[in-house]
Amino acid sequence: MEYLIGIQGPDFVLVAADNVAASSIIQMKQDQDKMFKLSDKILLLCVGEAGDTVQFAEYIQKNIQLYKMRNEHSLQQRYGNDLFPTPYHVNLLLAGFDETDGPGLYFMDYLSALAKAPFAAHGYGAYLTLSILDRYYRPDLTRDEAVELLKKCIEELNKRLIINLPSFSVRLIDKDGIHDLEKLVPVGAK
Amino acid sequence: MALQDFSGSPLHLSVPAAEYLSESPIQFGQINPNIASNFINTLHQDLVLSFPPGFPPSCSPSVPLPFTMSHGTTTLAFIFQGGVIAAADTRSSCNGLVACPASQKILPVHSHLVGTTSGTSADCALWKRILARELRLYQLRHGRRLSTAGAAKLLAHMLHPFKGTELCVAATLCGWDGGERPSLYYVCSDGTRLQGELFSVGSGSPYAYSVLDGGVRWGLTVEEATSLARQAVYRATHRDAYSGNCVDVYHITSKGWARRDREELHRQIVQQFKTNVSQC
Repeated sequence: MEYLIGIQGPDFVLVAADNVAASSIIQMKQDQDKMFKLSDKILLLCVGEAGDTVQFAEYIQKNIQLYKMRNEHSLQQRYGNDLFPTPYHVNLLLAGFDETDGPGLYFMDYLSALAKAPFAAHGYGAYLTLSILDRYYRPDLTRDEAVELLKKCIEELNKRLIINLPSFSVRLIDKDGIHDLEKLVPVGAK
Repeated sequence: MALQDFSGSPLHLSVPAAEYLSESPIQFGQINPNIASNFINTLHQDLVLSFPPGFPPSCSPSVPLPFTMSHGTTTLAFIFQGGVIAAADTRSSCNGLVACPASQKILPVHSHLVGTTSGTSADCALWKRILARELRLYQLRHGRRLSTAGAAKLLAHMLHPFKGTELCVAATLCGWDGGERPSLYYVCSDGTRLQGELFSVGSGSPYAYSVLDGGVRWGLTVEEATSLARQAVYRATHRDAYSGNCVDVYHITSKGWARRDREELHRQIVQQFKTNVSQC
């Protein structure tokens, strides 16, 4: 029911997440932010079971802050991944920009699978949008082209997904840090 | 409080653990079958559909429960220009019979914070008291009251170790922070913690949501807001079997919370309807 997507370009990573916090059949909140800032250039997108998402993401976030305070330098992006299986039922996308390695997007799921990918998605919406990404993705996308590709994916969700996702938060990470882009509201949704 | 040593490897995360949290929660709650309890008091839970994958399977309790728990209620809370309104019905149901038609589902935590309760009534009452105690200790230690956000976080973290057990608490914390602004948080024992402007919790919540969504605006007057809250609870009690009886309304402002007298709305509204019909 929740949806995450990430697209990596040559020098940036574009990520988006839906904004609905639901409880059984009711949308309790329509402006929930599912992205957690782990450092100036690393974002953790987190969906899954109700309480686990926030608990887990905040736990990782605070421990990384603690590491930074203790060691006076931030964790590099690849160490931001934790590799042990946890009892938390959460699916994650980790997106960031590293000084040495450049942009990176990592797909993680609740079984502690980890894969670095040029594009990735979580949720029922992934079934509909991965083939669009397969078809139109190129490693040398510009920022505008990546946003257009994202819009294509979201229009498809609006058209075919049985669950209405009224809006999506969008952020872009590059060498200058994390930038908030305009929220995407699919046409036809209220 | 025990803190693991940080060894320098990035994978070693520090884990603060209070001793009481490492005890198995299932050892709580042994009920002596010889003690007669005159006052069985449970509430019904909101609708459960088998939607999300990986929903925690109900674990068989190591202690036999005296009766099957079930939950049902309608509570709601919303923010407007005059503060926060919290309203709830007063029916405590237990498995198809009304255990108590006059229970209190909105419990004050301190002078500027009330919590609506939904789920298992005993669990809610206990955890509200524990929260009140912890907030008071915080106030004594730090010389200032903890904000509603902090109280919500505290409650969520206290309930987290019990995830997957039979404990069921779904509360909205309605408070006024530091003399400045109203604040509303929804906290659930499954770990959810949401900040918002309008929440309704319980088996009657969809009915209440539909009435509220049509009427709640920032610019409501206090009278309009109270009337809307009472209508919403009443409509939910009319349709939901597990909600009913009277309506409690609380109003929280910068001066603290104020309680409106409990009202039995059914007769009033039916009478009104009859008068309107007879005038046609």
